[in-house]
Amino acid sequence: MKSGVKNYMLTCKQASQLVSLSLDRPLSWSERVQLRFHLFICNACRHFKQQLNQLLIAIQQLKNETVLDHTIQLPIDAKTKILQAIESNN
Amino acid sequence: MTDNANDWLSDHGDYLYRFALARLRDPHLAEDAVQETMLAAIKSNSFDGNSSARTWLTGILKHKMIDLQRKQFREQPISDLIDLDAGDTSMDDFFDQSGHWIDKPQSFNMPDNSLEQKQFLSVLERCMNKLPKKLKAIFLLRDVHETDNENICKELDISATNAWVMLYRARMGLRKCLELNWTGA
Repeated sequence: MKSGVKNYMLTCKQASQLVSLSLDRPLSWSERVQLRFHLFICNACRHFKQQLNQLLIAIQQLKNETVLDHTIQLPIDAKTKILQAIESNN
Repeated sequence: MTDNANDWLSDHGDYLYRFALARLRDPHLAEDAVQETMLAAIKSNSFDGNSSARTWLTGILKHKMIDLQRKQFREQPISDLIDLDAGDTSMDDFFDQSGHWIDKPQSFNMPDNSLEQKQFLSVLERCMNKLPKKLKAIFLLRDVHETDNENICKELDISATNAWVMLYRARMGLRKCLELNWTGA
């Protein structure tokens, strides 16, 4: 972006940083306005935002799937090791 | 207490392991977390019978998982992150000099049946394992354990800005990896 509009226009790099940041803290008013404007005109960054949302949903699914999968068990050798550790700690 | 511990392990060991694996995404770390939990449970002797043993053990496990992840985080050299403070050199792969995307992101074709879903999640798992360990640890703490940022900074002893930069990197890397390795249906 050239100097005149620099203060108002985000680059895609800056916009992507704000999209990520918005997952971790509330954006300030001006950050929000700038990001909203950038997303309005930029397809790629809208897709990026969508990707992050999809990523976070998938991460939760992966987590739930593991928790609910009862074929996953503490391996026998780990159990043995833990029992030994318990004994030797006594 | 040893008898208790044996019962706890046989009654809740698998559950605790799944709980830990779901969040640590690493079988060995998950085993360690269960072991630490059992040892701490024996030592603390604080089970009052008011809650279920499972709830009590899970509470201990949560702390042990954070301890393990903090260790993972600290043990990794900062060098695999390339100069966190000196700007974002490693982001050069994603943006050109003027801050435009080099490869424009496309949204993913999300899976629409259970087989595809399984495949998608296994690609995601592989992508997570490709992240530098430091980034994987902070990403898991934030986006999988859903620890808030203040606690992440406290646990990992880093500034808020460093945490944001690392989370940004982790998410950028993961979405790129998914883009390259998940073609969808």
